Amino acid sequence: MNSLAARIPAPRSTLARSLALVGLAGLVLFLASEALSAYRDLQLANGAYYFAVLAGLTVLTGLSGQISLGHGALMAVGAYTVALLIGNEQWALVPALLAATVVTTLVGAILGAGASRLRGPYLAGATLAFAVGLPALADKYTSTLGGENGLVINPPTPPSGLGASFPLERWEAWIACAGALVVLFAMNNLVHSGLGRSFRAVRDDEIAASLCGLRVGRVQTLAFVVSAACAGLGGGLLTVVLQLAAPGAFQLALSLSLLTAIVLGGLGSLVGAVWGAAVLVLLPGWTNELAHSFSFSTRVSANLPLAIYGLVLILAMLAWPSGIQGAVRAIGARLRVRARAGS
Amino acid sequence: MTRFIDLTLNGISTGAVYAAVALALVIIWRATRIVNFAQGGMLMITTFIASSVIASSGHYWLGFAVALVCGLALGALVERLLMRRVEGAPPLNAVIVALGLLILLQAVAGMIWGNTPRSFPPAFSILGYEIGGTRVLFSPNDTFTVLVVAGVAGALALLFQRTAIGLKMRASAFQPEVARMLGVRVGRMFTLGWALAALVGSLAGLLVAPSVFVGPNQFDPILIFGFTAAVLGGLDSPVGAVVGGIILGLALSYVSGYEGSSLVTLAALVILLAVLMIRPGGLFTSTRERRV
Repeated sequence: MNSLAARIPAPRSTLARSLALVGLAGLVLFLASEALSAYRDLQLANGAYYFAVLAGLTVLTGLSGQISLGHGALMAVGAYTVALLIGNEQWALVPALLAATVVTTLVGAILGAGASRLRGPYLAGATLAFAVGLPALADKYTSTLGGENGLVINPPTPPSGLGASFPLERWEAWIACAGALVVLFAMNNLVHSGLGRSFRAVRDDEIAASLCGLRVGRVQTLAFVVSAACAGLGGGLLTVVLQLAAPGAFQLALSLSLLTAIVLGGLGSLVGAVWGAAVLVLLPGWTNELAHSFSFSTRVSANLPLAIYGLVLILAMLAWPSGIQGAVRAIGARLRVRARAGS
Repeated sequence: MTRFIDLTLNGISTGAVYAAVALALVIIWRATRIVNFAQGGMLMITTFIASSVIASSGHYWLGFAVALVCGLALGALVERLLMRRVEGAPPLNAVIVALGLLILLQAVAGMIWGNTPRSFPPAFSILGYEIGGTRVLFSPNDTFTVLVVAGVAGALALLFQRTAIGLKMRASAFQPEVARMLGVRVGRMFTLGWALAALVGSLAGLLVAPSVFVGPNQFDPILIFGFTAAVLGGLDSPVGAVVGGIILGLALSYVSGYEGSSLVTLAALVILLAVLMIRPGGLFTSTRERRV
């Protein structure tokens, strides 16, 4: 690790840039949460914890080139840790979230150590089995993990200094956004650090990377651990926002939609993770509205949102192979060329 | 002891179905290097079609044949219309398109046939054989399942190893550029691979439908265990798919019989991780494991 640390270039500029980015994002989120309705604030909170998970996953899959179908289960580890610590042990919010991150990091380290030997579809298979197998534990240990019904915690109380009428949803949005900003800061630094470059080196050519003195297996394990930490924090925030950790929320469908979101948003890009989080939060509402604006039989309208979702996935992948962020970049480049030609 | 025999027989017949799904995934992986997550949706659609044909005509074998033909057509269509368009794109794009197709097919099936699972007739009696006065957990229908899957696996092995078309398919998968220069219609081989895989998949759907029922989401576990079996055996190897399927079927049957069905998915995880720790490329891989 020393050799890696030594290769991180003068951190001041990257650090300063990350701080400025986080400050700006924090200001925008603060103003947005003040302006939004309670329902939209809750959506913002949902988007924030999704972003925390997606940022880690996009670093894992986009930067270090490992596919994980198991991040939904890693979220479950964080979510249940928070639920147990806050619900049973009466821990405060921040230590509980920290503990969730640490516990998930440990689970991720075990999984990542095994995963670093596996390639593409074999890694997908192993993590898929993890995603399907882990929720079964909740049924096995019903007394501690609450079985199918899961664990319920009390909602977080906004500090009295904010006034008695401060909406709970806005407070939840603040908590979740604070977590998302921490992840944004850490991941933005990581992407631009020597470690981020070694992730990319390993992704592009393992043999060349190991000839340059990189320990390929160790770098990949580290990438897995980092993304597991993000998933743990995201899962912990989910419990705080929803006040519930239940196995139904962490089925395979969650892991698959996380993977879908990062590819649809734009693989390997943190802005892409923002797009992905927005898609995860907003698309279900839009497809539902669209489905109910037609007057079909219940059988059709009940399935229409799902059909639209599937169709959107297929068409988006055919139209924008590098995701929403890739499409935005292409449009931006075209506009710039046109502006230059015009001037 | 009878319980052990019962669980073993049950494991072999469910394992045969996992093996069939695993074979479908392996054929596509060998042909186009795509893990076809839409396979569960495709075999669900063809089984629904069979169910409708059987219900309206009253002939089981007519529905059976129609489902197989539809599977063949559906596989070719999916490759020509969708997968060929994401060929040059990053590999994950094909996975997302397959997932989108799975969701779309499930929604379409829900619209046409409704979301309530319906029963599906077996080909033969599902009453267990009577041996020495006790009824064992193995029926004529299970015999049919095992024989059909064994026959398909053998036929595929012959096709790939002994025929000109099998050689062309292998060449297209390994070296598409070289194969194209030697006059192989590579695109056609890919389409054929998808069609064959979908045919095997629809067969698996027909075989397993009597025990899981037909519904938009009824085949999800079959796909997951089929994929697990394929990875277990090594995605490159049809023999591995069959062996992986049988191993998984037996192991899961013992676990659910002796320990309870809630542990089945966890057991699948443990088995898969244990095998991949020792052989990261699956049991029957021809490629060398990665050294780091």
